[in-house]
Amino acid sequence: MSFYGIVDGSESSLKHFLAQLPGVDQVGADARAAMLATRSIKTSSKRWAIDTAISMVDLTTLEGADTAGKVRALCSKAVRPDPTDSTVPSVGAICVYNDMVAIARTHLDAIGGKHVPVAAVSTAFPSGRASMEVKIQDTQDAIDAGAAEIDMVIDRGAFLSGQYGLVFDEIVKIREVCGDRAHLKVIFETGELVTYDNVRKASYLAMLAGADFIKTSTGKVAPAATPPVVLVMLEAVRDFYQMTQRRIGVKPAGGIRNTKDAIKQLVLVNETAGPEWLTPEYFRIGASALLNDLLMQRMKMDDGYYASPNYVTID
Amino acid sequence: MATSKKSSSNKPARRLEVKKTYKLYINGAFPRSESGRVYEVTNSKNGFVANPSLASRKDLRDAVVAARAAQSGWAKATAYNRGQILYRIAEMLEGRADQFANEIVLASGVTPKKAHDEVLAAIERWVWYAGWSDKLSAAFGATNPVSGPYYNFTIPEPQGVIAVAPAESFLALIDAIAPAIISGNTVIALVPGSAAIAAMTFAEVLATSDLPAGVLNILTGSHDELAPWAASHMDIDGFDISGIDKKKRAELKVAGAENLKRIHSFDGAVSPTRIFAFMEAKTVWHPIGV
Amino acid sequence: MTFEYAPAPESRAIVDIKAKYGHFIDGKFVPGKKHFATINPATEEVLSQISLGGASDVDKAVAAAQKAYTKTWSKLSGKERGKYLYRIARILQERAREFAVLETLDNGKPIRETRDIDIPLVAAHFFYHAGWADKLDYAGLGKSPQPHGVAGQIIPWNFPLLMLAWKVAPALATGNTVVLKPAETTSLTALLFAEVCQQAELPDGVVNIVTGDGSTGAAIVNHPGIHKIAFTGSTEVGKKIARAIAGTNKKATLELGGKGANIVFDDAPLDETVEGIVNGIFFNQGHVCCAGSRLILQEGIADELIEKLKVRMAKIRVGDPLDKNTDLGAINSREQLSKIQELTSAGDAEGAERWSPACNLSAKGFWFAPTIFTGVTQAHRIAREEIFGPVLSILTFRTPQEAIEKANNTPFGLSAGVWSEKGSRILWATQQFRAGVVWANTFNKFDPASPFGGYKESGWGREGGKHGLAAYLKEGK
Repeated sequence: MSFYGIVDGSESSLKHFLAQLPGVDQVGADARAAMLATRSIKTSSKRWAIDTAISMVDLTTLEGADTAGKVRALCSKAVRPDPTDSTVPSVGAICVYNDMVAIARTHLDAIGGKHVPVAAVSTAFPSGRASMEVKIQDTQDAIDAGAAEIDMVIDRGAFLSGQYGLVFDEIVKIREVCGDRAHLKVIFETGELVTYDNVRKASYLAMLAGADFIKTSTGKVAPAATPPVVLVMLEAVRDFYQMTQRRIGVKPAGGIRNTKDAIKQLVLVNETAGPEWLTPEYFRIGASALLNDLLMQRMKMDDGYYASPNYVTID
Repeated sequence: MATSKKSSSNKPARRLEVKKTYKLYINGAFPRSESGRVYEVTNSKNGFVANPSLASRKDLRDAVVAARAAQSGWAKATAYNRGQILYRIAEMLEGRADQFANEIVLASGVTPKKAHDEVLAAIERWVWYAGWSDKLSAAFGATNPVSGPYYNFTIPEPQGVIAVAPAESFLALIDAIAPAIISGNTVIALVPGSAAIAAMTFAEVLATSDLPAGVLNILTGSHDELAPWAASHMDIDGFDISGIDKKKRAELKVAGAENLKRIHSFDGAVSPTRIFAFMEAKTVWHPIGV
Repeated sequence: MTFEYAPAPESRAIVDIKAKYGHFIDGKFVPGKKHFATINPATEEVLSQISLGGASDVDKAVAAAQKAYTKTWSKLSGKERGKYLYRIARILQERAREFAVLETLDNGKPIRETRDIDIPLVAAHFFYHAGWADKLDYAGLGKSPQPHGVAGQIIPWNFPLLMLAWKVAPALATGNTVVLKPAETTSLTALLFAEVCQQAELPDGVVNIVTGDGSTGAAIVNHPGIHKIAFTGSTEVGKKIARAIAGTNKKATLELGGKGANIVFDDAPLDETVEGIVNGIFFNQGHVCCAGSRLILQEGIADELIEKLKVRMAKIRVGDPLDKNTDLGAINSREQLSKIQELTSAGDAEGAERWSPACNLSAKGFWFAPTIFTGVTQAHRIAREEIFGPVLSILTFRTPQEAIEKANNTPFGLSAGVWSEKGSRILWATQQFRAGVVWANTFNKFDPASPFGGYKESGWGREGGKHGLAAYLKEGK
């Protein structure tokens, strides 16, 4: 087996490859992310950024209390985020638990949202603590139910104990299940990997194993999508593209709650990976509350005065 | 020496004293001045004393080459090691205390008591400076609490090659050399006039000590001739001009400005600032992260 | 899709620039006789007329400083002196944005830097030294160390207010009074600082500011009433000062030029290293004496790193210094621009390969694109002379020893950098450098608690930290 002609998938080839990656200096990465956070995005560029961010939102509900009703409401919001303004784009996807995929797909199709894909969190999300058979079945179920995107979690325990081969194999197997039917997003849970060196290593493991997207977090662990973590992942997809000519997407998820945060993410993308990544095809933001703040900021720009939450829908 | 002259007058079979030939001390060896020159040291009581070498600018040039070559090795020696080497020199000075005192009497005509006191004072100071080698970072270093995730510290380092021009006395020579070399500098001492006599005995001590060749080089002769060359030498980093006449210091400082030489003079007070004057503070930053 | 950042200019309404300025002597603004224009280097717009100080102005300022020293300042306890410094620090914080905008207008440096770096460091510097004023017995200079008297301070144009703070704060904390001359092209923030002294009710004559050119500076250096000189500027002028005071009892600290080496080993954290290289040479348009202007790369990673650097450089936003998104502002003066042009032409002529990203440079004002030269050797002028602009010379090495030899092969000794993830190698390199400030896995970081200053021809003495106090004190008992 050969993956991009870079590794053969064996433990030793992975260890060797990961060991030669340059380290990440935490303070330097933090400083770069903080500097980019000072970019001031105003007027026309802000308007463009808000609409772009809306189109990148993976509108998410991942609660034990999720019901069909809740998911349907979210679908409506995903297709037409602002019912009073048809110029607002649909979001990037709906992201739900496995058993909600069919409900979401059916409802989206019914309300004119065929273009909005459903993403399912799979492989024993969020902990990933299940047998490989269960994880494969979980993924298969989601795809059969109509999921076009699979958000899988890696085995953080295996990663942290240095069993890179194990982590890699799981991704390869889920990749096989996805085949051509679903995009594969690989979630690292960066809050558990802790160091940026680990984030970089996990990024390469996932990309080499066939991920279409690399994703920061489940949303269940803090810290999640901090700007420096996203910076390190963007550097990884940029450099991977240089190596392989294959463009991998990035999805920060968790902790991005307002327009300011979202715009910071877009600036990170623009100045790290480059403008080629500034499309929902290669950049998504996993969020729920964010969408309403984007809508309120959009209203403010249109109306010239500050908006009230009373004028955006709460679904 | 002085005593031999007195006793010899009573003895019919007078033993002819074996006298020392005075040379320079460069790179651990005792060469004559390349110029072939000497100068006469006399004493009002005894007349002729010796013909020390009259060092030339080319001797200075050679001494700087030796000092520069020896510098990084000397600075790299552990502070403990430098301290022990200097302390060992003090032990040897103690053993030769009478000889130094006699030579000071002979060369400068001071009373034996005064000469003896001067030698003992020199030994005390040498021991005092020797003990500083491994305390300099504590006294002149710092860890600095900067606002940010950085470890930041300041350490003193030797400047490099230092010339010293002490006044015409053994104590002044010791006072100039000890603080300059203890930190890891290498030194060229410009010893004037009659101080050459004790200085060259001191060189004999150095030659049999563990001090690496080139760390301390001793040129005897004239400040007027050598100091301007030392001041303008671009490979000398610092210059102690304590023994230079106040009126002649300005021109040395002007010459030294060409490489921004650190030029200092001291009033003879014993102080660790005399060590630090020929050191540089280096500050290092490094991020703290995982 | 492209993400164009719309202009985001900081408002200049916050500053009130007078048509003409005098000197600040004995607590009052006094009109000058002759004047010269100060311009915004980004637009060449005339901002104001600055007084050209002559010998009589310097006389008056020194007399005021002398009087203030004997009559008031030396009689105050350290505790009271410290309180004045705390007041100044607080007022600087209150008026920070005003200072930032004014500095950007007068100097050409980006508002992002004046707002986030220069002015916060200025306030921090006063705050830090305020605390020292009544603790000088613990500065390592013996019991009751004494001030020199009147300090003559001459500062450069690259960090106008920050260099003022580096000079004035320790001088006042240690009990000296001050006659300060700001650089010819950047007097405005110093004159605004005079207002801060008034608001803080600093006793008259403790701080005096005489504006002018090199002749004004020379008058200060040569004035017999000055006891201590503090100068930041070129090595050439530093040597002149050293000669000028050779026959006097004046003390001097000199912060002079540099040609900082930035060594990158093949195990460096490459992305942060690229940031460090950019920060090392393009911060403040490269108008930084401690800039990492010589990049020394291990051969095995040179090509990869240069590629990464070029990609990063293409993201540097050059333009309106008041725009909050600008990374690289205007060159401070036409004279400095010509110097940069002259040296970079020498780089071309000597066969080094020049590269700059595409930049839209304004026709008005003074601009120079971020530039790197590859294929540089130690023999090139651009590897030896201080360019003081956004120009990086790139050399390579094979062994650690070779890297250090190249780094130290210069009469300067101000700063050095090293990048590696190997701890023992970092410590080895920091030991080998003959430089006063070593940045390991970072570059161009400053802090009032951190001593700054050079070895060899980069100057005499230190500024900042405990070590900086020694410059303004005579050893106590």
